[in-house]
Amino acid sequence: MSSRDLILSRVRAAVAGAPDVPHTGPRAAPAAAGERTVELFAGRVADYRAVVHVVEPAEAAGAITAALARRAAERVVVPGGLPEEWAHAVRAHLGDGAVGDDPPLSAAELDAACGVVTGCAVGIAETGTIVLDTGPRQGRRALTLVPDYHLCLVRAGQIVPGVPEAVAALDPARPLTWISGPSATSDIELDRVEGVHGPRTLEVVVVR
Amino acid sequence: MSATFLGMPAFPRNAARAVGDSQLRFNLRKATRTIRGRRAAMVGEVPGWEELRAAGRQIKDHTLRHLDRYLLQLEEAVARAGGRVHWAADADEANRIVAGLVEATGETSVVKVKSMATQEIGLNEALAARGITAYETDLAELIVQLGDDLPSHILVPAIHRNRAEIREIFREKMAEWGRPAPEDLTDEPRALAEAARLHLRERFLSTKVAVSGANFMIAETGTLVVLESEGNGRMCLTLPETLISVVGIEKLLPTWQDLEVFLQLLPRSSTGERMNPYTSTWTGASEGQEFHLVLLDNGRTRVLADEVGRQALRCIRCSACLNVCPVYERVGGHAYGSVYPGPIGAILTPQLRGTDSGASAPPGGMPASAAPAPGGRMPASATAVSRGRMPASATAVSRGRMPASATAVSRGRMPASATAELDASLPYASSLCGACYEVCPVAIDIPEVLVHLRAKAPHPRAERLAMRAAGWVLDRPVRLARAQRLSGRLRRFVPRRLPGPAAAWTDTRDIPDIPAESFRDWWDRTDGGTR
Repeated sequence: MSSRDLILSRVRAAVAGAPDVPHTGPRAAPAAAGERTVELFAGRVADYRAVVHVVEPAEAAGAITAALARRAAERVVVPGGLPEEWAHAVRAHLGDGAVGDDPPLSAAELDAACGVVTGCAVGIAETGTIVLDTGPRQGRRALTLVPDYHLCLVRAGQIVPGVPEAVAALDPARPLTWISGPSATSDIELDRVEGVHGPRTLEVVVVR
Repeated sequence: MSATFLGMPAFPRNAARAVGDSQLRFNLRKATRTIRGRRAAMVGEVPGWEELRAAGRQIKDHTLRHLDRYLLQLEEAVARAGGRVHWAADADEANRIVAGLVEATGETSVVKVKSMATQEIGLNEALAARGITAYETDLAELIVQLGDDLPSHILVPAIHRNRAEIREIFREKMAEWGRPAPEDLTDEPRALAEAARLHLRERFLSTKVAVSGANFMIAETGTLVVLESEGNGRMCLTLPETLISVVGIEKLLPTWQDLEVFLQLLPRSSTGERMNPYTSTWTGASEGQEFHLVLLDNGRTRVLADEVGRQALRCIRCSACLNVCPVYERVGGHAYGSVYPGPIGAILTPQLRGTDSGASAPPGGMPASAAPAPGGRMPASATAVSRGRMPASATAVSRGRMPASATAVSRGRMPASATAELDASLPYASSLCGACYEVCPVAIDIPEVLVHLRAKAPHPRAERLAMRAAGWVLDRPVRLARAQRLSGRLRRFVPRRLPGPAAAWTDTRDIPDIPAESFRDWWDRTDGGTR
């Protein structure tokens, strides 16, 4: 008997005669989609000690330039599909320092970059979470992982109230990365330290 | 990890040693209190927490009831998405499969994401025996691995170490495993985390094979889910060309939508955060990666067969039960002699190892009296199993990297007697206060299972005789009344301390006062207090 058949037969023997339990139980009520979703999102992201700005659409390019200037970033990865207005802001500021990922950058090249500028797939207000799905504006997973600085632009319309709405909006066939603040650890005496292996600085620009 | 839990003495002896370690108690007290407060605040923020908890419980129970169907659905979905599924009936088979997959890539090292399942099967030691070095990348697991130590907490495996100890471990051991610690390393957590970042950076960028576990698997879509904080998980899941995930068969959820419940329950219960910094989900072979899923039984179907005990398989490894447990807070994780410590370990370990029925336990195991009280007397039978019993030949030294003490033994290969005694003592490692049940996000009634396992374990002859006598007396009101009158008359002669083996009970407790008159007699005499 193969181990597959062995395990399946053990499972069947173990639950034979056990009462059925229906799948759909009570679900938590969906979070109220209030007008203050953007403020809630910004506040919750900031709770993780990420840097957050809320700007009007016309101010987005200026917010990108200002952030990169504060960071003194010289070499920044710009994924394909980043809206031209945002990509232009990076190029105008950095010139050749704005690098694309086509052909794909090596891990060492990514490691040498100062940061990355991306959009996102979904933002979650209740938990201050950004979800990336490797779609347009975001690039493959390594882009937002290896560089030490991640500047993420979130449009107000992408923010959902809570986790259930995010799960419903996302496609599990795509590789997803849920990001809630910068990389962190509490492994030493449960003292939270921001910044271990992932980007040590997360900066979020919410565009109304 | 090179140390091993095998051959550890039973819980009361481990506990007695642990409570004598004041540094350990200080570290544990600080850590468990901190995380307890955080969890309470985060759970209190969710108005429908009890409904969420009920949903989590029900989804898990439903999945376990139809586990065969969902496993097949998962297998098909993973294969459809370009992954390969392997089935491992026990630890040995899982280790063989993983080692074979690594060897097929031609690589001799792997990076690892923290995973309870791979610790349970002793994967690192099994890989070392075949010349493959496994590098732990979670900060706490790195501390444990470098320190040739054992994990003592599910979420924070190095919870028993304080910053000064960690600094010493880094300074002494990092060079053996790769990039040495900076010369001027301080004991600031920030500096220690930075040292770990530098130590592992090059390894992440160059290693071709990664091994992970998973927090959840979705049958409907074939998706795996890993929650983490540091980004080491993302590094391992994203950069290597080959990814091998070893996951217990109980980690299934039927649908993608079910994740909404568990992504709310787990972070708040575990680290006490609204959401953990990083959650990765992937389906089959992603971004050109080769993906293998090893489905692990290793005793889980045995747990599933127990009507009461099977609820332990709902566990999502949040560790909230450890942090609230008064026993865990005082003795720490090592006393439980398993990778699963604390209340959940006390019910999971004996069941997974199959020693809960007492079939392989030595006769006259732990008397019910051997509670882990400080200074509590040890029953003579609970002597340490000698480490000499372990096959000394099974040591694996790989290219001088592994400390020579590294004993590569998988639990499955050990004689059951080596762990039976420890396991028989675990259901007593509790005061049955019930705090663990209160905080469990999937409502596992741990006290119920503890009592169930106590009943299944063998009891000493004297205890069985005493219980039979008590049953005889309590069975008929007239017998009880006579016994009460007799004991009331003889109460002056009842000692404060019981003699012989029964002293183990009175060493830590007072015998209750026996009243001169029973309630029923008083009622009859006074007509309910009116006379």
